[in-house]
Amino acid sequence: MIEIGHYNYWVAIFLMMAGFYVVIAQGNLVKKLVGLSLFQTSVFILYISMGKVADGAPPIQTPGVEIYSNPLPHVLILTAIVVGVATTAVGLALVVRIRESYGTVEEEEIHAMAQPADEKGEG
Amino acid sequence: MSLMDNLPVLVVILPLLATPLVLLLGGFGRAWAIATVACWVTLAATAALLQRVSVEGPVSYRLGNWAPPWGIEYRIDLMGAYVLLIVVAIAALVLVFARQSVEKEITAERRVPFFAAYLLVVAGLAGITVTGDAFNLFVFLEISSLASYALISLGRDRRALTAAFQYLVMGTIGATFFIIGVGFLYMMTGTLNMMDLAERLPEVADTRMVRAAFAFIVVGLGLKLALFPLHMWMPDAYAYSPSVVSALLAATASKVAVYALLRFLFTIFGLEFALGDVPLDLLLMALGLIGILFASLVAVFQENVKRMLAYSSVAQIGYIVLGISLANTTGVTASILHLFNHALMKGALFLALGAVVYRIGSARIQDFHGLGYKMPWTMAGFVIGGLSLIGVPPTAGFISKWFLVTATLEQNLWPVAVVVLVGSILALIYVWRVVEAAYFIKPASQGIDQAGDVSEAPLSLVLPVWVLAAANIWFGIHTDLSLGIATRASAALLGGAP
Repeated sequence: MIEIGHYNYWVAIFLMMAGFYVVIAQGNLVKKLVGLSLFQTSVFILYISMGKVADGAPPIQTPGVEIYSNPLPHVLILTAIVVGVATTAVGLALVVRIRESYGTVEEEEIHAMAQPADEKGEG
Repeated sequence: MSLMDNLPVLVVILPLLATPLVLLLGGFGRAWAIATVACWVTLAATAALLQRVSVEGPVSYRLGNWAPPWGIEYRIDLMGAYVLLIVVAIAALVLVFARQSVEKEITAERRVPFFAAYLLVVAGLAGITVTGDAFNLFVFLEISSLASYALISLGRDRRALTAAFQYLVMGTIGATFFIIGVGFLYMMTGTLNMMDLAERLPEVADTRMVRAAFAFIVVGLGLKLALFPLHMWMPDAYAYSPSVVSALLAATASKVAVYALLRFLFTIFGLEFALGDVPLDLLLMALGLIGILFASLVAVFQENVKRMLAYSSVAQIGYIVLGISLANTTGVTASILHLFNHALMKGALFLALGAVVYRIGSARIQDFHGLGYKMPWTMAGFVIGGLSLIGVPPTAGFISKWFLVTATLEQNLWPVAVVVLVGSILALIYVWRVVEAAYFIKPASQGIDQAGDVSEAPLSLVLPVWVLAAANIWFGIHTDLSLGIATRASAALLGGAP
């Protein structure tokens, strides 16, 4: 553990911040979703790397092996991956419909279109 | 007997199983009927569950018969059963309303999937209230959120799509923060079971890791419950979604997020850590107060009544959070009570508004002119909901405000009590704007286009409005059920007793 330090966390944090930045900075809705996906994936890596036990073998029962890595975080992340896929799917479906009704996926253009309509404010 | 034993899981499974049924059997009428039956049966199960919890104390259910803490445990205590009752009761009532409202507001090919998504929201929210497992809570949170993004996007206005997208981004960031926090807790304690976490956390509480976990969880849930600076998604999402969806989400989704926050603050981290070691009480109080003032003030200037009510919801969340931040029994009682009462009042208001939109197709204040005489029952229901929102004595809203003010005075925080009262005055102003338009302005001035043939909404729309309006008065006078349970639940939370 000492020799590798906490570099797994640095990887996770880098990915997380990169994803977060993309979500905030990008005006393109598809790119925002890419950033969101990256942000979620970083958490998957955080979880999976925490399951590693120093000197632990893969969690498959083998004669003569005493220490196994912890399989539970992997299982949890399997669930989280499904949630992530579903989120991306719903997000992309929304983007498709936004594109159909606004004709663009750029946030600024959508905003400019929505503003004048606000005056009339239909239900 | 075995059915009674399985109640905790039934309340989640019933709506979940009904979802594919709705999609497979199809047809608008059938979809509605299946969803409605499923929700009402779930409501019966919930009532039985609340009764049982109230008598026997917390109920633990082993999913798949795996013993906790290894397996997922469903654990329902009084607070959980209470919030579950709010969620399922409102969902069942809104479904009665939904048949005609959905037919009017949602295009034909989307009506069947609408009910499927609706049931998923109910299943997810019910799951949050019954689960005793931190990771399981995340899964249910995402089930309900994903389905509610879909529901919001069904609004007629195309801005519903962007509102749903914005909510999706914010909601996902919130949920991801939440699992980061849960992951940190798992690293430190090696468990995800809430009771087990509560037991093992004190040993490691004084570490940066646990404090970081705490921060991630509070911010994540704060996004979900639209705590003041994290509320940006809420007004748009409520304003542009179909009326039925605004009513359902405003009355239930944010309540369940508050429940999750209470659960983590008090049951898992414990009062001393959550509001003592970490200065969260001051932070929550400040955010709650700013939220009350800011959101109420913004609500006063809204032209769209739906958006006005959405901002009012942000303010009401401020009251609830303020009660939590006081960290005494009266304060937390006030919060849990307001959870219940706010669901009643916002349910009534949004449904009444839905009935108005059903008739005149608009939620702008200037289109309300003269409605008090054309739709007397609907608008009377709206007025009762509004009075409850302000906190006028014979209504439920008065009881929770009363407790909140008492709790602040108990701690000699009279400036805070003043802010609560100012918030009520602001509520009076924005509710009055609607009442004035509906009763005191002649429709001839502007609303000629739809002035002529507006009549009272059909019975299936007026009935749910009136059930909720009557509940607002009933629970303002007969406080035994709501107040009794809230008091016991808050005592259990603060006493550390499970």
